[in-house]
Amino acid sequence: MGREMVSSTPNQKQQPSAMSYTVEQLVSVNPYNPDILPDLENYVNEQVSSQTYSLSANLCLLRLYQFVPERISTQIVARILIKALMAMPAPDFSLCLFLIPERVQMEEQFKTLIVLSHYLETARFRQFWDEAAKSRHIVDAVPGFEQAIQAYAIHVLSLTYQRIPRSVLAEAINIEGLSLDKFIEHQLANSGWAIEKGQEKGQLIILPSNEFNHPELKKSTVDGVPLEHIARIFPILG
Amino acid sequence: MDYDSQQQKPGADSTTAGYDPNYVPDSVKSFVVHMYRHIREKNVYEIHQMYETSFQSISDRFFKDSPWPSVDAVALYVDNDHVFCLLYREMWFRHLYARHSPTLKQRIDSWDNYCSLFQVVLHGVVNMQLPNQWLWDMVDEFVYQFQSFCQYRAKMKSKTEQEITLLRQYDQAWNVYGVLNFLQALVEKSTIIQILEQEKEGLVQFTATDGYDYNGGSNVLKVLGYFSMIGLLRVHCLLGDYHTGLKCLQPIDISQQGVYTSVIGSHITTIYHYGFASLMLRRYVDAIREFNKILLYIYKTKQYHQKSPQYEQILKKNEQMYALLAISLSLCPQVMLVEETVNSQLREKYGDKMLRMQRGDDEGFALYDELFSYACPKFITPSAPTYEEPLVNYNQDAYRLQLKLFLYEVKQQQLLSGVRTFLKVYSTISLGKLATYMEVDEPTLRTILMTYKHKTHAVDSNGKITSNADLNFYIDDDMIRVVESKPAKRYGDFFLRQIVKLEGVISDVDRIKLE
Repeated sequence: MGREMVSSTPNQKQQPSAMSYTVEQLVSVNPYNPDILPDLENYVNEQVSSQTYSLSANLCLLRLYQFVPERISTQIVARILIKALMAMPAPDFSLCLFLIPERVQMEEQFKTLIVLSHYLETARFRQFWDEAAKSRHIVDAVPGFEQAIQAYAIHVLSLTYQRIPRSVLAEAINIEGLSLDKFIEHQLANSGWAIEKGQEKGQLIILPSNEFNHPELKKSTVDGVPLEHIARIFPILG
Repeated sequence: MDYDSQQQKPGADSTTAGYDPNYVPDSVKSFVVHMYRHIREKNVYEIHQMYETSFQSISDRFFKDSPWPSVDAVALYVDNDHVFCLLYREMWFRHLYARHSPTLKQRIDSWDNYCSLFQVVLHGVVNMQLPNQWLWDMVDEFVYQFQSFCQYRAKMKSKTEQEITLLRQYDQAWNVYGVLNFLQALVEKSTIIQILEQEKEGLVQFTATDGYDYNGGSNVLKVLGYFSMIGLLRVHCLLGDYHTGLKCLQPIDISQQGVYTSVIGSHITTIYHYGFASLMLRRYVDAIREFNKILLYIYKTKQYHQKSPQYEQILKKNEQMYALLAISLSLCPQVMLVEETVNSQLREKYGDKMLRMQRGDDEGFALYDELFSYACPKFITPSAPTYEEPLVNYNQDAYRLQLKLFLYEVKQQQLLSGVRTFLKVYSTISLGKLATYMEVDEPTLRTILMTYKHKTHAVDSNGKITSNADLNFYIDDDMIRVVESKPAKRYGDFFLRQIVKLEGVISDVDRIKLE
């Protein structure tokens, strides 16, 4: 999932003056300037429509809201929070909540988002998808939501499982039947998944190995001695 | 001695009682005259002595219950030097804040003084060499007074009409933009980030000289800029913006000694906030590591600071960091990251509480609340009040929000300690069996195990997944397999230490002269 910014590349710079500063640049030059608030709000909408993401720009906006609470736009805040959910497993959702006044968090749509986040944080995917289905009007505003959450689910599954029953996978990513076959097929071709026929219970999916689901792969870094430590005894050796 | 008996009169605790701002005792006269001379001669050693020792002892003797003489009264002894007067007032206010509660007018005046002082520094006309301790104290005090102002302003219920008028009139005083922009301007104007970069390539010296300039230049802007990065970390933590706080600190490599370690207060402030922010970002291992290091350092060096004016502050932060370490280790039980000395101190202070915190019941939950409340920064609400009737206090709002969200996190991890207990004793166990032991159904157990994985794997600032896990396991179909991680023996370190020790013994032996 892309956490990278959409800042323009140097060769786009020839464009006329209006675009001479990207929002990212504005944030880094002017992080404590209320004048950039409208730019940052537009930028949130742009992130929604172009399916990009910038945590630092969004935190900057929430910070400015914190300084002038009367300018808070709850619609923008909701979009930021949905984007932050999509950035899981990163802790962005909490990072945003830390900056949003409690009375704003009391609003119905934020309560819903907090519940959704809670289900994701505790890996209760079944409940998450049920709740999300009831809250279509909130999350559908942001394209790519489902796919992002599926990617997060697969991330957690890959940390945990070597071989996973098909039904457990289906529940976590909320895909069934033919669509699931298709999904798995795609992963077989692109992400190193494999399938194994279980004896009685049906399909088992073998997730690609990593140092978390195959702990023995973890490189032992503790055996090494950093150079600085050796350097301490150079005077003696010399 | 005369003074002492005078000061103890009843009622002398009020700032104004019997205080004549124009009366300058001889020792103050001599203090400012000498200080002024040492500053002009760039004698950092003497300045430091006077700043750390004389200022303290004169304060204790003459100004226990009243402020120092006003700046106007001493200006004539220092050629009315503009910058010196600003420095004097900075100390004047600092002394006032430490011993009395400042009035609103004094808070506003102190803000004005910081504006003038930083303005002068930013314009690059200061040609002094000041001790790091003093420069750190300026940044530290600046942030402290900001925080204190926000707390004060938020207590609206007890405000008089006059205070409210004053607050409205001087709405720029301690304004959050102003505070952040001053710190940011000091960082930028000093080009400290570039200096630290260039130092890595060996092009300039900064850390090697503790920030001092021995070629006739001034260290003031550079070192203020340096400490402002730590100031920004702290302000952002006070605002609950941990991500941005850590980003501000990034130019300083805290895995090594640096100018930030040259002043104990700065060292502690840096690590305390770094550790706290890491804790809130669920980077428990980072938090544990750094708390462990600084607590060991404080343990070993405490005695040298006993006479320092910061001693009490050091002890307080020390206790708070033990509490934060207790929290971190309860959420992420990796005791082998903690040195023996620190660990035994920790057991003594929090051993019992930690056992209860790991149980994950209501009592444990209440302890998380207690320790967090005791050890967290003094969070602030940065916005101005609405001044609408009825006036309400909002000074606790920020703290309550951070506490609530933190306890939310604890709650999400509540079931993990149970699973830990079982996985410690089994190398292989089926999901069904473990579910029965834990009295949950199988799908719930799967979610608990995945929660464990999610919560113990943090995402670092580059988006890389790092493990904070104390246990390694995986699920294969419906079997859980625990992979024992062998305690890493640090042979390398052990041998290095023995080599140094041996060398010491040999040189001792060499020194023995046989007659």
